[in-house]
Amino acid sequence: MAEFNTSIKEQGAVSIINLKGYLDAHTAPILENNFVELIDKKCFQIVVDFKELAYISSAGLGVFMAYIEKIRESNGDIKLSGMNDKVYNIFDLLGFPLLYEIFKSETEAVQKFTEK
Amino acid sequence: MKTKKLRVKSKTENLSLIRDFVSTSASNAGVSADFVENIILAVDEACTNIIKHAYKSSPDGELIIKTKSTLSRFIISITDFGNTFEPETIPEPDLQKYYRQKRVGGLGMYLMKTLMDDVKYVSIPGKYNEVLLSKNIKMAKTNAG
Repeated sequence: MAEFNTSIKEQGAVSIINLKGYLDAHTAPILENNFVELIDKKCFQIVVDFKELAYISSAGLGVFMAYIEKIRESNGDIKLSGMNDKVYNIFDLLGFPLLYEIFKSETEAVQKFTEK
Repeated sequence: MKTKKLRVKSKTENLSLIRDFVSTSASNAGVSADFVENIILAVDEACTNIIKHAYKSSPDGELIIKTKSTLSRFIISITDFGNTFEPETIPEPDLQKYYRQKRVGGLGMYLMKTLMDDVKYVSIPGKYNEVLLSKNIKMAKTNAG
């Protein structure tokens, strides 16, 4: 059975969510809970790292759409990093690179926040 | 023509089982790895829509997934016995406008149609609904014997 889990760490003012496994309609609530928790704590500078993500469906993509507006209204952002080609192709099909900044590495994404 | 069949309950936790079944069926049929990935995602999207819309997320419904392969096509049939799903009411998205309206639910439909060569719906009210997903393929050559 495919699994999915997340871990969260803080790097200065930036929260980093590392994704691992398969993100689909069954596992999407796990990531949703992460965003809810971070927003509750007023953590609006968020990097989501995809280095260990094997699979994503539209339910997973929908999680980002559900929270991005609220985060940006609070002068924050969600930046994405570490996608393999397979996952990136799905994001690209749906126009996500136009909506989100996507970086090769977590480090670059965090750095972009500190540049502001 | 090779055929395989899987029967599962309408629980989202079964999505991974469905993906494994489709992955094995398509790979065994000689479909290329890239196409297998696209087929897996399209079937996941179709089954997720059925669970959410035909069965209103009730876990007691049934889905029957069948795969068929010929020399030129790989076809997946997904049958359910829930409410009729009317795909025509979901327009091809203008993604920018779509996102501004926060209507994320149709992304799956868009992915299915983009990733597969043909998507067809058959519905016999009160009996069953069927979605047919078809991918044109070139078989990886295998030596006989």
